Amino acid sequence: MTTYVIKGVRPYGEDAVDLVITDGVITELAPVGTGKGEVIDADGLIALPGFVDLHTHLREPGREDAETIESGSQAAALGGYTCVHAMANTDPVADTAGVVEQVWRIGREVGLVDVRPVGAVTVNLDGTHLAEIGAMANSAAKVTVFSDDGKCVHDALLMRRSLEYVKAFGGVVAQHAQEPRLTENAQMNESALSGKLGMVGWPAVAEEAIIARDVLLAEHVDSRLHACHVSTAGSVEVIRWAKSRGINVTAEVTPHHLILTEDLVETYNPVYKVNPPLRTQKDVLALRQALADGTIDALATDHAPHPHEHKDCEWGAAAMGMLGLQTAFSVVMETMVEPGLLDWRGVAERMSVQPARIGGVESQGQPIKVGSIANIVVIDPKATWTVVPEALASKSSNTPYAERTFPGTVVHTFYAGRPTVIGGVLA
Amino acid sequence: MRHLLSAGDLDRDKALLILDTAAEMAALSDRSVKKLPTLRGRTVVNLFFEDSTRTRISFELAAKRLSADVINFAAKGSSVSKGESLKDTALTLEAMGADAVVIRHWDSGAPYRLAHADWIGGSVVNAGDGTHEHPTQALLDAYTMRRHLRDGKGALEGVRVGIVGDILHSRVARSNVLLLQTLGAQVTLVAPPTLLPIGIDTWPCEVSYDIESVLPNVDAVMMLRVQQERMQAAYFPTAREYSRLYGLNGDRMRLLPEHAIVLHPGPMNRGMEISAEVADSDRAVMVEQVANGVSVRMAVLYLLLGGAKE
Repeated sequence: MTTYVIKGVRPYGEDAVDLVITDGVITELAPVGTGKGEVIDADGLIALPGFVDLHTHLREPGREDAETIESGSQAAALGGYTCVHAMANTDPVADTAGVVEQVWRIGREVGLVDVRPVGAVTVNLDGTHLAEIGAMANSAAKVTVFSDDGKCVHDALLMRRSLEYVKAFGGVVAQHAQEPRLTENAQMNESALSGKLGMVGWPAVAEEAIIARDVLLAEHVDSRLHACHVSTAGSVEVIRWAKSRGINVTAEVTPHHLILTEDLVETYNPVYKVNPPLRTQKDVLALRQALADGTIDALATDHAPHPHEHKDCEWGAAAMGMLGLQTAFSVVMETMVEPGLLDWRGVAERMSVQPARIGGVESQGQPIKVGSIANIVVIDPKATWTVVPEALASKSSNTPYAERTFPGTVVHTFYAGRPTVIGGVLA
Repeated sequence: MRHLLSAGDLDRDKALLILDTAAEMAALSDRSVKKLPTLRGRTVVNLFFEDSTRTRISFELAAKRLSADVINFAAKGSSVSKGESLKDTALTLEAMGADAVVIRHWDSGAPYRLAHADWIGGSVVNAGDGTHEHPTQALLDAYTMRRHLRDGKGALEGVRVGIVGDILHSRVARSNVLLLQTLGAQVTLVAPPTLLPIGIDTWPCEVSYDIESVLPNVDAVMMLRVQQERMQAAYFPTAREYSRLYGLNGDRMRLLPEHAIVLHPGPMNRGMEISAEVADSDRAVMVEQVANGVSVRMAVLYLLLGGAKE
């Protein structure tokens, strides 16, 4: 049994303590200099509950050339995460107990973060046949989040049935809101810019119409809905209205939708191609406000690794998606903390507490207090760093932030009481 | 000027230089030996991912009249159709020493990507990319309008141009709006609302749904090709209805001022956007557009390659 002392750290940016961890649990918040054990220096740094990602593409099984559960877990730990939800659009799709148990088991073997598999809503993401949700819920992986992410459960009846069906298992349907007919061959946000560039547009209404339909369905069948990667100001309004009506809906926003806008498409550099697409500055500001006021409950990375050749090509041929795990905190720091939209307790809520609650992961998102499981991230808000794509732990390098300098670094990460990252490198 | 990717990249001086150079090139075609030695030893590659015999042979003839070596690289039946990427194709052309790549591609932005991704060192000419732009078409249209309406000199200040048809999917319309604006012309776009892009109100032009109200007030009208398959996507109900509402027939042609000309980038759908009576009338300048296309493309290749190296 090892005892770790995170020395001089400030939980939630408040008074400095020696944070003592014994046997995976926070056992003491002692005056600075009094903690006994293996000392990890964190003088003046800030401790938050380890981050929880509701939306991660680990690509295994099937596309191990882009990412593996191991490389994705490393990227997660380095980004301050102690839990990720592995999306179901793998090959084979995570639509059976067998696949979700495999992902869960490999995640345990890697042992850097909790890897919580997300189960597909429909067989092979085909949008027509309900997958064996019960089998996945009752498997060793204990799946609670179900999503066809990458595709929308667009059939209204099937969406209704899935919302009803998951109630038996305390589950939630995480919807990728994209009306398929309105987004055929869509390449970017539909706007004056898409008209100018001659690209097929992905209109905001294609997201908003599905979210509006789904909150009403969730209300009708009294179930839980989660809206993935909300990207428009209009979606925020719909969710705000639904919450005010008492509908059981939660929502997430990605880091890139908090900081990047559609103008970047003018470079035709596919590193900026993502789904849902980058929107306008008006949307960005509405999303930041919504994350601040809780209309959007959680930050979720939508970490989407792609091999080099899928981005080193013309725009139309390129894959959609960007890396997010190792840059998420810094984006939140720049867009939410520095402008005063979120304080440290707010960051903990949006990046840990709420995603853990939505994902039903009791061991995660626990407060920094004696008795809590020691999933902890220690960050340095004063440090800056410059993103070097090849230096990221991910097997892919499709980050939109190459050469960009960000505020805020992840210094140490503790997963279930064990250091996974010390001094910014894997422990 | 290293590349020609967008009509929007041309300022007034550059556009006029191309048009004036094209006029000099046109004079050449009246001679019995229609060839200049200017680009001898230079290699121009026509890289066509989409079939377009007209544009391809226009560029080919332009390059040959300047004595360049011309290679036609059609995507169909080549390594491209076997899954080779644009990048590898570009690297191959680079290794073969292409001085200029004339590219037609189905993806908007592919020429820009080719020019900026560090794959090749030569010049890139956009010969039509997706539904984005077709700058040499706009240049040949401007050249044709200038000849008829401004005596072949200067810019197009005050010239009123109507562009009618599928604006949403038209690279010709996008390039024309940009270039005509630069040259001082006033553009009115005419189309059903389904065939106008979102954000059209931000374009430097007027928009109308009514062709008959526009025709009496233009000096030139450009009819765009409308693809019948657009019907399947519910852009308009039938070809007949489109033709009735937006086609240019003899009666409508007579609404035009006496001096006005009719342009079409080709190939025409006779009986759809343009009636045979109009296509065969004296006002129609389509055949001349084809000839002017060669002169304009000669001018572009000459200006891109002529001064670049020793």
